[in-house]
Parts: sequence; structure tokens; C-alpha cells
Amino acid sequence: MSVENPVERYLRSDRMPHIWCPGCGIGTTVNCFTRAIDESGIPMDRLAVVSGIGCTGRVAGYMHVDSFHTTHGRAIPFATGLKLAAPDMKVVVYSGDGDLFAIGGNHFIHAARRNLDMTVICVNNLTYGMTGGQLTPTTPEEAIASTSPYGNFEHPFNLPYLAESCGAVYVARWTTYHVTQMKKAMKEALLKKGFSFVEVISPCPTLYGRRNRIGDSLDEMKTYKTRSVIKNGADTKEVDLGMTGPIVVGKFVDRERTTYQDAMEAFYSRKLGNRYVRASQ
Amino acid sequence: MVIDAERCKGCALCVEFCPTDVLALSSSFTAKGYHPPEIVRPEACSGCDLCGMYCPDFAIYGYRL
Amino acid sequence: MHADPAGVLTGAHFIDGDHACCEGALAGGCRFVAGYPITPSTEVVERIALRFPEVGGVFIQMEDELASSIAIAGAVWGGKRAMTVTSGPGFSLMMEHIGFAIMTETPCVFVNVQRGGPSTGLPTLPAQADMMQARWGSHGDYELIAVCPNSPQECFDLTIKAFNLAEQYRVPVLVMMDECVGHMMERVVIPKPEEIEIFPRRWTKAPLDEYLPFAPGEDLVPDMARAGQGYRFHMTGLTHNEKGYPDMTVSGQARLLGRLIDKIKKNAAALTDVVEDQVDGAEAVVVSYGITSRVAQKAVQAVRAKGLRVGSLRLRTVWPFPEHLIRDLATKVKAFIVPELNLGQMVREVERCAQGARVVSVPHAGGTVHDPAIIVQAITEALR
Repeated sequence: MSVENPVERYLRSDRMPHIWCPGCGIGTTVNCFTRAIDESGIPMDRLAVVSGIGCTGRVAGYMHVDSFHTTHGRAIPFATGLKLAAPDMKVVVYSGDGDLFAIGGNHFIHAARRNLDMTVICVNNLTYGMTGGQLTPTTPEEAIASTSPYGNFEHPFNLPYLAESCGAVYVARWTTYHVTQMKKAMKEALLKKGFSFVEVISPCPTLYGRRNRIGDSLDEMKTYKTRSVIKNGADTKEVDLGMTGPIVVGKFVDRERTTYQDAMEAFYSRKLGNRYVRASQ
Repeated sequence: MVIDAERCKGCALCVEFCPTDVLALSSSFTAKGYHPPEIVRPEACSGCDLCGMYCPDFAIYGYRL
Repeated sequence: MHADPAGVLTGAHFIDGDHACCEGALAGGCRFVAGYPITPSTEVVERIALRFPEVGGVFIQMEDELASSIAIAGAVWGGKRAMTVTSGPGFSLMMEHIGFAIMTETPCVFVNVQRGGPSTGLPTLPAQADMMQARWGSHGDYELIAVCPNSPQECFDLTIKAFNLAEQYRVPVLVMMDECVGHMMERVVIPKPEEIEIFPRRWTKAPLDEYLPFAPGEDLVPDMARAGQGYRFHMTGLTHNEKGYPDMTVSGQARLLGRLIDKIKKNAAALTDVVEDQVDGAEAVVVSYGITSRVAQKAVQAVRAKGLRVGSLRLRTVWPFPEHLIRDLATKVKAFIVPELNLGQMVREVERCAQGARVVSVPHAGGTVHDPAIIVQAITEALR
């Protein structure tokens, strides 16, 4: 058999099988991600994947590129240092909703504000999987989690709205049901200069799905199919997620802003003239 | 279409979302006790690779010759 | 290898310790700094922000100390020499990434200009009360290196040394300054670039498909790659094997931690950096470091004038603790006197090694330096 699985050359095959549960959506996002890299034309040696901690945090460890499994919540500031030190690298932060938006929320908003040239992919399974299914900042109201045994009464983040408000230049949301659209969004995000953000709603059948009586992964995917409404260009204020009701998906934001590095170089060139020395690689 | 049954964890996403109904869950077991998919309508496969995109375990993919 | 002339302000300067630390970093090849403002360390990054655009460096003021302390790790794996700078409360926040740098063998420098604590404590007033936090503040077992300057000149010299040791051993190196040393202005002589030795990064020369990112050399330190060279390596804060892959087994943990500790412990003698003064034949030795060593010197001179045979041992490297020196001295002297701007931290190390010799702590809660008379009294009583 000469045709290889398209995902294979991006995987550390000597680490397979992975640790993710049966039906977990993270692997699905990785399939789409690797096909997006292929189509983007970005060489593997110019790509770095940085993850935080958690189930999605393990993505970096399975990717056969320069890959960094950092600390809980701090993938973005690590990626910030990496990108500023090695500007010719395409830096992708690949992590989960708890990692990126609870413990790491402060870093997300500031990286978006600065418009650092990086792509952030959030696999949003609405829960902390690795630690046993606790409440995250994206858990919908009423949802059961191990630390909200009677249901969640906190209002969750609307991630696309947050990303847009803070300055992201590209914002899209899809579910793991929408594999071709997800792949396309990831490719667009990879090729977008500036802070790009892709949220992927993804099943955690072992914890979130089971506790909330959604069923197994296949059942949850079927709810994505029936609940999703594609609205490209939707107002991100109106894409909140609930336990039920529509899941608005699509490409919401695609705009231009000067990146952190371009701003820095232009600014110092203007202020310092030929006294300014650009950082060498 | 290629199946690496030993990577499969039997979630059946490939079976459900194959647009041409090429697959069915097999009654056989993998070493870990999962039912992997099997090809029941090979002539119907278009090589679209949706199965490969869905598979959370990198255990299946389609290709066009 | 010698210093890049672009970063070296050769000549005599009248600057404070914070500014001298900045110049030491520049001379030591640092080209990435991430920091967050905190008194009394802020002057270091203020000068970095001013100087870096002219020398090809990148400074970023991050959103907090957690971000700063891991942004430097990212920059190191992107190929830079990098540091972060902070004080007490910020140092507390950085603990996790000191551990991360140890586990991932990321060479980097953390500067802590110490102030009184706990919590917000005494901004802009001195203390040396983070010495044990420096050693033990991150969770888990580890060894690291910490240096302790007692003058602006040493803030310059020891910051260069910190960068070199970080590269040589692939550990985070802590520069444990204090508010007095940081804000004290003195003459600082910056040598010519060709007189400044630089320990270069230990770049791997392994073929692309043979590189094992955490396979150590004979000195227990692995060679390093950076992102973009084609090695496609992995690094993780999890317990890992030589490939960098997670290996959360009993034997994997024992093997990795054993090496991370041994690479420092087995070089403890080489890492020892002390200044001895009339230690031979002394009846008592004053052990001190940082700003307190200068106050202690005054006290030592006073008791010598009274005819007492008192030596002085000043620690420039505080971690690893030079225990072989103290054990050796303990067989020869009656007493050790340990003044420090805390309520008794490094004195515990001296006690651990004193083997029966008397150990006298001269504590101080911080806010100012000791009155030398208190140290004089402690020495006199110790020898009574």
C-alpha cells in the first residue's frame, strides 16, 4: 500500500495509540489540522505547536514538528517568546477551553490585543477532561459537571465574542461534525497574518456527554448536526452557547490589523532611525 | 480506503458519516476489545476521505487512485 | 567565545546595581527579556527597554510574572539568551516556571531584587528573605544555581556569570540581588568585549534523524536544538525520556531526576564561588552574602581591632551551597556567625554542615541593614 494516511507524517507514530478516550473529538481536530497544514503549504520545519495542560494539551506531544508541552494556561506566553525569538516560525497554540480561558485567560486577551502573529486553536469540549470533568468557563448554564453537581449557574464565555473584542483578526467556530469547514478555517487561520482563532466544539463523551445524558460521541455529533446553524459573518455578540438551542458556526471575523512585530519594527525605525537594530534570527 | 483496526476504538463515526455507506461495524474484536469498521460496499467508496477526517484515532482514511 | 561588542558599554560608569545588572545581561549575550514592573527591580527592565532596540534585542512587558517567566523559555527555544526580572511577589508567581525550566533544561536567568515580605511586605526596602524560596520554592526535587552580588560591579559581573552557567549546565540561574545592592550607585567598570568570556549555547551537531534532545553528554548535560532547525523535537514538563517523550514510570522518574540533580551536585565544587578573608587560623568565621556581607565586613574589622581572630566567608554562589567548605572549616573553628536580612535562612545550611561547631544566627526582619554593632556583639559572644 503506497498511499499513506495524510495525518501520518505529522504524527509521532511511535507514540500511537494516543491517550484520548473512544469518540473524543480531539483526534478529529488533529486530522483536520494536519490536512490544513498540507494545504497551507507551510513546511513542517517552519511550524511549531505549543500546548498547555489537559487532554488537548497532549496534541503537541503527538505532532511530529517542533513541539512544546508547557505549563497549565501558559502556552500563549511561551508561544509569544518563541515567536518573537524566531519570527520565521509559524507558531500554533493548540489547547483546551479550561487551559486557554480559565487559567490562561489573561494571556489570551493580551496576545489578541497585541495581535501577535500566531494561531490559537481551542478544542472546546466544555469541560476539564484530564482531571475528571469539572466546570470550565465555557460550560453552558445548567450543564452538570463534577464541580457543578446540581448544574452550572455561572454565565460562560462566548469565545468568538471575546476573541473579536480583544483584537483577533480571524475568528471562526466549527464543531467536529464540520470537518471540511474546520479544515478550511484552520488553513485560513494558518495563512492569516496576526492573531487568528479557531474554536472547535468537540465531544467529551466520557465526562461531559455522559453526565449530561447526551449519549456517546456519535450521539453528540448528531446533536451538532441538528443544532448547528451556519452563519458566516454573524455578529459574535449573538453566538452564545447553551445546553440546547442553536450552535452558531461559521467564519465570523476576517480583518486586518498591524501585528505586534510589524508595529514594533515600524515604530522603532521611525523613532530611532538607523540606531534601531532589528533582532536577528 | 485503508483501516488500521488495532488503532480503532469503535466510536463508529466513520460508519455514520460515510456519505456512500461503505462501512459497517464488524462483529470481530480488536486486541483491546473494540469492534472496528469493515468495508461492506467497496465499490461505493469515492475516496473522499471524510472517514479519515472524522476518525479520532487515525485508524482509517480514504484516497483516490 | 567573547562578548558581542554591540552589547558592551566598555568603560567606567557610575550606576546602580539594577542598571549594572542590565548591562551585565547585555554583555552576557541576553537578547530577549520579558518582565513585569515591580519595585525595586523595575529599573533593570526600564534600562533594557531603552537599550535593547539599539542592540537587536527584544523586550516585552508581559501581562504578569507568570507570562514573563515562561515567555523567556519560549525565546530560549527560539534560540535567544533570555532573562526575566522581578521582586518578592513576582518571584512567588514565577516559581512554577523555575520548575519548568529545570525540568525542560531551559537555560535562562531569573533576577530577583529582594524586598521584605511575606506578601506585598516592604516595597523598596531591603531583605534577603527569599533565599530558601530560591532553593525550594518550586514543587518537586531539584537543584539549581543562585548567585548573590554585593555591589553594582558584582551585579554586572555575576549577571554575565549567570548567563554562562545557565548555558553550561542548562538550568535556570537566579541572580539574588537585594534592594540595597539594586539601588546603590557605585563605580562599575565594564571591560572590553574581548575580555568578557561567553559560554555559548551547546548546540547539537547530531544528524537530523539521530538527535535525542535529552540524551546527556559525559557531563550529564544534553546538547540543545532550537525551533526551525529541522529536528522536530519535543519537550515537556512531564517526566520524560531521552527522546523528550513522556515517561511517567518509577524508573523514568528516578533516572531523570537523578541526572537533573547530579549535573549540579557533582559540580558543586566547580560551582563554588566564595571570597575568603583571613579564614586560615580563624577562631570564628562570619558567613554572609549580598549587602549584609558589607555590613559584616565592618563588624569583622572592629573585632579584629580588638585582637580577635575572625575570618570572613562571603558567598557569591549561594546555591548549590558550598557545604564542603563549611564542613572543612567546622573542624578548625569554634563558631560560625551568620548575619542575614531574614529571620534565619542560610544559617540552616551552615548548621547542617557545622558538625558540632557553634552556629550563631544574627537575624534581621528587613527594611534596613544590620547595625554592625549587633554583629560585633554576636561574634564577641560566640567566642566568649
